[in-house]
Amino acid sequence: MAETVDSTPCGALIIGGSAGSLDVLLEIFPALRKDIGFPIVLVVHRKASNESLLTDLLKSRTTLEVSEAEEKEFLSPGKVFIAPADYHMLIEEDQSISLDYSEKVNYSRPSIDVTFQSAAEVFREKLVCILLSGSNADGVEGLKSVNNFGGRVVIQNPNTAIMPYMPQQAVLNVEPHLILDSHDMADYINKLNG
Amino acid sequence: MISDAIDNEQVEILLNDVLESHGYDFLEYSHASIKRRIIRLYGLDNFVSFAEFRYTVKTDKQYFKRFLEEITVNVTEMFRDPSFYKSLRNDVLPVLGTYPFIRIWVAGCSTGEEAYSLAIVLKELNLLNKSLIYATDINPSVLDKAKKGMFPLNYLKQYSENYLQSGGLKDFSAYYTANYSLAKFDESLNSKMIFSTHNLVSDHSFNEFQLILCRNVLIYFDKDLQHKVFNLFDSSIEKLGYLALGSKESLEFWPKAKEYKRVKMEKIWRKL
Repeated sequence: MAETVDSTPCGALIIGGSAGSLDVLLEIFPALRKDIGFPIVLVVHRKASNESLLTDLLKSRTTLEVSEAEEKEFLSPGKVFIAPADYHMLIEEDQSISLDYSEKVNYSRPSIDVTFQSAAEVFREKLVCILLSGSNADGVEGLKSVNNFGGRVVIQNPNTAIMPYMPQQAVLNVEPHLILDSHDMADYINKLNG
Repeated sequence: MISDAIDNEQVEILLNDVLESHGYDFLEYSHASIKRRIIRLYGLDNFVSFAEFRYTVKTDKQYFKRFLEEITVNVTEMFRDPSFYKSLRNDVLPVLGTYPFIRIWVAGCSTGEEAYSLAIVLKELNLLNKSLIYATDINPSVLDKAKKGMFPLNYLKQYSENYLQSGGLKDFSAYYTANYSLAKFDESLNSKMIFSTHNLVSDHSFNEFQLILCRNVLIYFDKDLQHKVFNLFDSSIEKLGYLALGSKESLEFWPKAKEYKRVKMEKIWRKL
């Protein structure tokens, strides 16, 4: 059903996840092709003190370049940018990264909503956002913005999520482009056009 | 929050009004962040149209106070990034202790948590008596809070943990008295602080310092403005003085960065 829409180029892929999303990421990353033609941004809830743990873990599972995002850095194709612990991450019009230490959103910093919302307007129909497992409702408002600006919304099938609440809330409140089982995610990403 | 309630053009209009009517220049702030703050405030205060919001910001002096407080980010904590404070305690302040007099500028101090943290470390190193901490912010209402030295009691558990991790030597509760929901910090700490408004965008250097601490302020500025502020700091730091930034901030792309040497792994640089 999605074939026609998916031929739209992908300018950026943003993946948001919370509790239970690490397993999915560790399944996705080793299976990604080397010549991904768009930047991948990860916004994952975690403790402020575990700063480089996620970055190190993913680095060991992929040949793609993985780094914690630096402020003012430009998104570039084939690279993975991880929102730093304890900062919100926003995307500017020129596709550079802004970090923000403002109030938590949905008890979270980084908040998935904040990144989804700022990127929605920048990339419009070229944005693909995936929301994974989690136990709060972060990401839902962001996905609404993505929809409003014509981007694609992909939600992990809550039945395959360790913590189904977050994807469930998204499915209830946002019209998704696709609902995917966790083991179909890598294949979907590999087929997106850069 | 409706993320598309105000568009980019309207943000520009509003910020131009603010500059013209109130003299505050936010045009070189990082666009995505400031736009988000504006949309957040618009939603919080239940405005029904951009026109109404614009008119209120432009003409209502009382409301503009609120605008200024909400548009800038005033989230801070004591002993934020304990390893940073450990490095100040072990590597930086003992060096400054060899000077007869220590002048420190906490730029963008917000409600003062970092200034009080610094004063505690200076006190434990027996340096507070010969130190003076200039704590400045663009926003007069946060400075009023900073002067009082009272912080919400429910944050103190976290601050106390940060303090211990940073190499703190005492029982943290010795520094404050609990007063209902607030912790009032010892007056010996702010007796060595001078609070004043200062706008990093438009105001000049006002003294020379051995240490400038400006953490999580520059992330809200665009690159050109960051470089202007680094130049301002450069003209305000003595030779062999230090500049301390937030955990995700860097001197890296500033042309004069090679005149500074990084202190270990922390975001602290020493002027050569």
